[in-house]
Amino acid sequence: MQKIMVCIKRVVDYNVRIRVKPDGSGVATEGVKMSINPFDEIALEEALRIKERGEADEIVAVSIGTSDAQQQLRTALAMGADRAILVEAEGEIEPLSAARIFLDLVQQEQPGLVILGKQAIDDDCNQTGQMLAALWDRPQATFASELSLSDGKATVTREVDAGLEVMEVELPAVITTDLRLNEPRYVKLPDIMKAKKKPLDVRPAAQLDVDLTPQFSVIQTDPPAQREKGIMVSDVAALVNALQEKGLI
Amino acid sequence: MARVLIVAEHNGSALNPSTAKCVTCARSFPSDGVDIGVFGAADQAVANAAAMVEGVDKVIQVSADSSAGPVAAVLAPQVAELAAGYSHVFGPSTTFGKDLMPRVAALLGVGQLSDIMAVDGPHQFKRPIYAGNAIVTVTAPEDRPVVATVRTASYQASEGTGSASVETTDANASLPTHSRFVELRSASSDRPDLQTAAKVISGGRALASAENFDILYKLADTLNAAVGASRAAVDAGYVPNELQVGQTGKIIAPDLYVAIGISGAIQHLTGIKDAGTIVAINKDEEAPIFEVADIGLVGDLFKLVPELTAALEQS
Repeated sequence: MQKIMVCIKRVVDYNVRIRVKPDGSGVATEGVKMSINPFDEIALEEALRIKERGEADEIVAVSIGTSDAQQQLRTALAMGADRAILVEAEGEIEPLSAARIFLDLVQQEQPGLVILGKQAIDDDCNQTGQMLAALWDRPQATFASELSLSDGKATVTREVDAGLEVMEVELPAVITTDLRLNEPRYVKLPDIMKAKKKPLDVRPAAQLDVDLTPQFSVIQTDPPAQREKGIMVSDVAALVNALQEKGLI
Repeated sequence: MARVLIVAEHNGSALNPSTAKCVTCARSFPSDGVDIGVFGAADQAVANAAAMVEGVDKVIQVSADSSAGPVAAVLAPQVAELAAGYSHVFGPSTTFGKDLMPRVAALLGVGQLSDIMAVDGPHQFKRPIYAGNAIVTVTAPEDRPVVATVRTASYQASEGTGSASVETTDANASLPTHSRFVELRSASSDRPDLQTAAKVISGGRALASAENFDILYKLADTLNAAVGASRAAVDAGYVPNELQVGQTGKIIAPDLYVAIGISGAIQHLTGIKDAGTIVAINKDEEAPIFEVADIGLVGDLFKLVPELTAALEQS
């Protein structure tokens, strides 16, 4: 296989505890640490391992967002991606719009495999990979925890509610990653320097013939309902009493 | 007026309870009717169970020439075909629905709403973002179908007292052959199902080994409870992945949730927010799990859990 395309989203870092703005207009993201969506980092790591096994020649990391997303693409290049493409767009990009942009890139790049995270940890949508596969009319293997390639096919172990499901898909295909697929490598300083010289192509979304109009409107953002403060008990007997009082045992 | 199609989840022989939860969600706004579509190879028992869900008008069993197993790429064209004539197409926010519904939406050329947790009206819904740390109210356009997944932990299953008619139809959509189901591997267990159990006992990293989970299994058996785990315990290989509770695992809403040796990372708490009563046992009194626990007990789990099991056996 010649090429793997990895889709990357810039999101609020996994460790940041987000706050809802008091006026309900959204989530406060000003000044917070931003990172590659962790599932997308796993996607990139998997692509790197496939290339290191000699099963792919080139890895193209792609993202959609403001010019700030170049930082995350630079990180992807430092991890080992060969080149990067940023489709520059302002505002909220819904999964269907993202899938349409990725389809455009897929048609230009003709990758044998597209790998991306199963969900972004900001909107938790879990849609873009499936939508890209549908628009592309190609197979999808979502929630992958194991992936192997041979004879133009991918065998994928998927984490499903009932356990582990194995499926086989013909390439090209879209794979979305689950947590246990791999553990992404750390970026080394010399690689950060090298990444500065790798190509990062920035294209305005308006140049693509893609409808990016959002379909949904978010009219209010609220903090979740809080649970009432509980009680502490000192021993097992008191715990059993408390459970009996609530009629749970 | 609205008309809702619900995509049934099943394993070929039994209807998954998530389907009846979607029906409850669909019935929380005015509509002309709620129908269930059964796709893929399924015994008559699946359609019959769907017909018994209260509030269902019609069950449509779609037969297609494909033995591909529950493969989204094969099911999606069939769902999209049947979706014509419906204002809403819902599936459960289980791995089945999450895999399938976005593909259906894209085939219909519409966006998809994930994890509906409350309905304000036929085109206004609430859903969680940021691992449940914020709840957004979203409006969907009225001139195109609403394709969505329903957060099953937010809804009770509609009762099984209905008597809907069952129709059979053939799929006309052309189905791809590029995707093939190979096998499902699951650890067989006699314990209640984690997603639907009234009581759940969960263990975390502090259990320290697969063998040590035995003390949890004993407690679970005493309470007739399901067993769950934190991501840390699954990553460490103490238990299989299907036991993981949290943002990327299962979102559950049992009457009783007992978290043992689980510190309570935000991603885990997302999975248990709707539990009736949360009990936490942890040796670290500063553990975040105590912030959400209704009943907390600080101490050594290896001493306290067998003690609790013994006390419950006596009572």
